[in-house]
Amino acid sequence: MNCLECYAEIKVPADAIDGEIVTCNECGSSFELDISETGVLSLKPAESVGEDWGE
Amino acid sequence: MTMKVSMVYDLVRLEEKAIIEAAKKRSEIEFKTFDSKDLYFDLLDGSNANSTFGNVVLQRCASYFRNLHLTAVLEGYGLKVVNDLSSALTTGNKVLSTMALSKANVPTPRTKLAFTEHAALRALEELGYPAIIKPTIGSWGRLVACLNDTDAAKSVIEDREEMFPLYHVYYLQEKVKRPPRDIRAVVVGDRTVAAIYRISTTGDWRTNTARGGRAENLPISKELDELCLRATRPFGRGIYGVDLMESENQGLVVHEVNNTTEFKNVLAQSQVDIPGLIIDFLVDEAKAS
Repeated sequence: MNCLECYAEIKVPADAIDGEIVTCNECGSSFELDISETGVLSLKPAESVGEDWGE
Repeated sequence: MTMKVSMVYDLVRLEEKAIIEAAKKRSEIEFKTFDSKDLYFDLLDGSNANSTFGNVVLQRCASYFRNLHLTAVLEGYGLKVVNDLSSALTTGNKVLSTMALSKANVPTPRTKLAFTEHAALRALEELGYPAIIKPTIGSWGRLVACLNDTDAAKSVIEDREEMFPLYHVYYLQEKVKRPPRDIRAVVVGDRTVAAIYRISTTGDWRTNTARGGRAENLPISKELDELCLRATRPFGRGIYGVDLMESENQGLVVHEVNNTTEFKNVLAQSQVDIPGLIIDFLVDEAKAS
């Protein structure tokens, strides 16, 4: 897959699951992995850290 | 009979991935996952809730407000949510949390509350400097500040006065004299299952590992186990991260009980199968529901 920002290759782990965050090693951008019901992988921009995120 | 259990989330962190892996190993449960960002609800019709989510839902949303409102809806539909709405509300608000701990006689740092700058400054004089100011709702050490003197307090409070009204609720706490570390313990149901020291390493007085603190395994003593169970009891049976400090004057004090706890550092240091124990807990809850 290619980074949506710099087009560098992003290696997606074999055990990756829908919604997992992947990061581009070249430019550091983070993306959310989208896996469709038919298994097609795509990337979408990850949510930025919210003010209410935490535990 | 197969039990239906699900997990709602908004981020797939190491914790969520480990829980999914642990669930896959269990043949007695059908485990589904739902990204809360893709969900929507008819608040007046929950007739499909049970067939969709199953009997028990593990709440793992990192966004506090998403977590709270989603739990309210699922619980409103009659589903068992871990942790439940009451727990999410109370643990998520430091004032409610402190009152619950105090009522249960759990040792906790001296804390004062004020709603205006002048009242906050008077409260701080009584508390003594240095003191800590924390937002009533918030995580990862955000907007937590150490107030070394009146000038620092005035500066921080003046800033807060310009912010959303929630930040005008001044939660002020003594700065506990302690070693440069605190303790994070994980409680699952009726057991304290693992614990770590969180050690300040970056010159930051805060020990949050989200702030760069280092983690080290801590064997669970009888005292730690008992105190953690006492600290979580007021919030109801569930899964919690309990934060404690070793006060020079008071011994162990509980300063926070966390809902939807993160446990990646505890998992790495303790080698305890926390995800497996969480699945065990969900199975028990499903059997009881």
